[in-house]
Amino acid sequence: MRYLPLTEADRRSMLEAIGVSSVDELFRDVPEAARLSGPIEGLSNHMGELEVDRALSAMAGKNLPAGSVPSFLGAGAYRHHIPATVDHLVQRGEFLTAYTPYQPEVSQGTLQVLFEFQTQVSLLTGMDVANASMYDGATACAEAVMMANRVTRRKKAVLSGGLHPHYRDTTTTDARFIGFETVAMPPAPNGGEDLLAEVDGDTSCVVVQNPDVFGHVRDYTELGKACQAKGALLIVVVTEAVSLGLLTPPGEMGADIVAAEGQSLGNALNFGGPYVGLFAVKEKLVRQMPGRLCGQTLDADGRRGFVLTLSTREQHIRREKATSNICTNAGLCALAFSIHLSLLGEEGFARLARLNHAKAVQLADKLAAVKGVEIVNGSFFNEFTVKLPKPAAHVVEELARRGILAGVPASRLFGGGLDDLLIVAATETNTESDMDAFATALAEVL
Amino acid sequence: MSMNNQGRPTGIQNSDSAVPETVTGNRGLQIEEPLIFEQDSAGRCGVDLPEAPAVASRLGAVKPRGRIGLPGLAEPQVVRHYTRLSQKNYAIDSGLYPLGSCTMKHNPRLNEKMARLPGFADVHPLQPESTVQGALELMAELGRWLATLTGMAAVTLAPAAGAHGEMCGIMAIRSAHDAKGDTGRTKILVPESAHGTNPATAAACGYAVEAIPATEDGRVDLEALKAKLGPDVAGLMLTNPNTCGLFERDIVTIAEAVHAAGAYFYCDGANFNAIVGRVRPADLGIDVMHINLHKTFSTPHGGGGPGSGPVVFSESLAPYVPVPYVVQDKDGAFRLVEQAGDGPAFGRMKAFHGQMGMFVRALAYMMSHGADGLRQVANDAVLNANYLLARLQDVMTPSFEGPCMHECLFDDHFLKGTGVTTLDIAKALIDEGFHPMTMYFPLVVHGALLIEPTETESKASLDQFVTALRALAERAKSGDVAYFQGAPRLTPRRRLDETAAARKPVLRWSPAVEEEKVAAE
Ligand SMILES: Cc1ncc(COP(=O)(O)O)c(C=O)c1O
Repeated sequence: MRYLPLTEADRRSMLEAIGVSSVDELFRDVPEAARLSGPIEGLSNHMGELEVDRALSAMAGKNLPAGSVPSFLGAGAYRHHIPATVDHLVQRGEFLTAYTPYQPEVSQGTLQVLFEFQTQVSLLTGMDVANASMYDGATACAEAVMMANRVTRRKKAVLSGGLHPHYRDTTTTDARFIGFETVAMPPAPNGGEDLLAEVDGDTSCVVVQNPDVFGHVRDYTELGKACQAKGALLIVVVTEAVSLGLLTPPGEMGADIVAAEGQSLGNALNFGGPYVGLFAVKEKLVRQMPGRLCGQTLDADGRRGFVLTLSTREQHIRREKATSNICTNAGLCALAFSIHLSLLGEEGFARLARLNHAKAVQLADKLAAVKGVEIVNGSFFNEFTVKLPKPAAHVVEELARRGILAGVPASRLFGGGLDDLLIVAATETNTESDMDAFATALAEVL
Repeated sequence: MSMNNQGRPTGIQNSDSAVPETVTGNRGLQIEEPLIFEQDSAGRCGVDLPEAPAVASRLGAVKPRGRIGLPGLAEPQVVRHYTRLSQKNYAIDSGLYPLGSCTMKHNPRLNEKMARLPGFADVHPLQPESTVQGALELMAELGRWLATLTGMAAVTLAPAAGAHGEMCGIMAIRSAHDAKGDTGRTKILVPESAHGTNPATAAACGYAVEAIPATEDGRVDLEALKAKLGPDVAGLMLTNPNTCGLFERDIVTIAEAVHAAGAYFYCDGANFNAIVGRVRPADLGIDVMHINLHKTFSTPHGGGGPGSGPVVFSESLAPYVPVPYVVQDKDGAFRLVEQAGDGPAFGRMKAFHGQMGMFVRALAYMMSHGADGLRQVANDAVLNANYLLARLQDVMTPSFEGPCMHECLFDDHFLKGTGVTTLDIAKALIDEGFHPMTMYFPLVVHGALLIEPTETESKASLDQFVTALRALAERAKSGDVAYFQGAPRLTPRRRLDETAAARKPVLRWSPAVEEEKVAAE
């Protein structure tokens, strides 16, 4: 077995040093009736690299990679070009195979990365402070609501109908088991919901998404002010981090907490995970934050260094009084995010965002020209909703058969209803001919 | 003096070994690296993107934003920045990383390669099911391995890490009680030795946490447990093997007592690596257990994640799995059930379908070892830990009598009266080229040192570690306190002031902080 360095001779001499005659004796505390006498049945025995590669490649071969065809799926996961540098650096063993930086003297690499990541996320969202990552955007959203409950000592969250349904469901799952109330507004593909009407003296927060799941872009400044007047927090969710290169950031709209998905930068689609949750707050809320925080300090020689800090919020110190139970987060995905953003820099990031918007505008124009297709959105960034004369799920199947991944039927996200709506995204990876192929094929199937 | 014919000295003339102060602050291969923000040049960029075609903006009422403040670097600078930072990290690739409970084992690179196959990495989670049959098959196959290895009836792959899996398990327990109309159960029992996530999870789910004390031999106090069981207890959260590295001998009796009280038995399976292939948790009476793929099944920790925390369920809890999950139709096609509907399933717990990238890696690891190899994994992990216990027990103080399972626990009694602490030992180990063990956890012993070597360490590596640790223990006893308190000395940074960091937190770079610093100088 290639991963096991002990030889038979090693094992014999070690058993002797321990003073037992067989390894079975070391398992003597296991109840006898439960001990297995040999390998578990029903599973294959060990394999060489080549065999495993062959078996898994065969499975991978049954999937249609998004990059192999014109692809326009978004709805919380976006296909962007990731510079080759990102994956090369992420695979350095010193990053890949380190644990959470509990011993700062031998973890300054990871810690400085986290400090830089926290700074980048703060800048992008326009917020004061960010943590070292959450599992994903949806869990970040649920944690943001629970944090708002703690901060306001209230127990009702108002969720916009434009919130990604997976984010909504993740939050309502927690609400059900953790014991708080959620008012989830019905999906509003055409916009126009009165969130404020739902806010009362028991409301801890209002959760909106920008751009929302249908792609609409909004200014939430007024809502933020109104929430503040009523003692509720404004939580802004962002599922497409690239939009932050072009849109007024949530911090400037008065958000108290931002919960976002960072996958768009540095992280592949990966069939849905692992991704990276971004979590940023206003300064005064820092001590109520979930998750790990990296802070700057000095070492014994007076040199700048970094440590995990404010850990009295966390489970390993606070146990049942912790702000969250999160332990492992999304460290390596945060690193990928950070490297990609470092490569982009100010210029590149803004340019990438403009490019995404322009691509989406071009696509919208092309699709709008297809008979029977109606663009629902008045505004959008790189994703918008189209109304079709046929059920979107069928159209998507048809187009997949023709080698086009057309978008996400709203009915798939919402579990039924909204059958005629298709959510379509365009990024810098989509060429003009991809878009033409999409429009042509769509015209054919409608 | 020996020289070649250009006058280049070829021998060593001066062997003065004092570490010099350098002009740059660099020390050979240890190179100082400023923050990325301190390397900014306006207008510089590490990517070449075309300018966007001119289109009429569709941003509606939202204003395009102004300057963000991101630094501009070219690609070579970015590569160098992260390469230098990486060189300030210890990693399992560099050496023994005996962080107890964390299971730092070798991370095979085949798994990385497999996870990056475009058929897995470049697949969107909401593609039509007909285009992702291989991805769904992989999830089903991973689920089958986990169910078979644990003997359990059902599995969910949804949770993103161990703590998230705990949440899932406790939610399933509550669902099951609720379904029976049994709503008077307000407590979860958690042993004192438990990992912090256990009480944090139970409390987050609205339960009162009741601690169960440990016995002299490091196991759950069965009598104390029985005394606390009653109609107000929803479940027990027990780690097995426990965080002292011991197998809970009475586990079957514990399970029976829990069930007799109408409660469920949650097992924290973070330490499954010790028993995989040797015992099936189902045969111990466990109802629900999470498995950290980033521990037992070697997916890399990445400096703090991502992880993956599948949960396995016994028959009694099997109906209460969260969505989404994969089913296979009669015609062999795989399908995702994404909506909980009105059935007993709950959820969802996160966006999309779970940590696919981790699933691929874990399955590659399982297939590489096979049923036979996984059993050997447990054998070697336990053998290595017991070997360390045997070789260290005369100079350090083992907290409990062996045999241990995959990790061995010492407390700081051997340091009593020396002035040297557990922390000092850890820092001195760093100078010896080892990552320290887990310190001050579990909380049931004083000054804990929890050592988990894993099965991927060679005997030579263990022997070297033993030699270093024995020498340090002797040195501590000899009264050389100053040596320890000054350690580490050979690292990119020496001990860092954590108190100052927490008192006046600086959690991000900002030009203002820099200006303040300059002003202070
Ligand atoms: C015993 C134990 N339980 C639970 C956890 C939490 O797992 P995770 O970090 O994957 O959330 C850990 C890991 O740190 C652990 O060691």
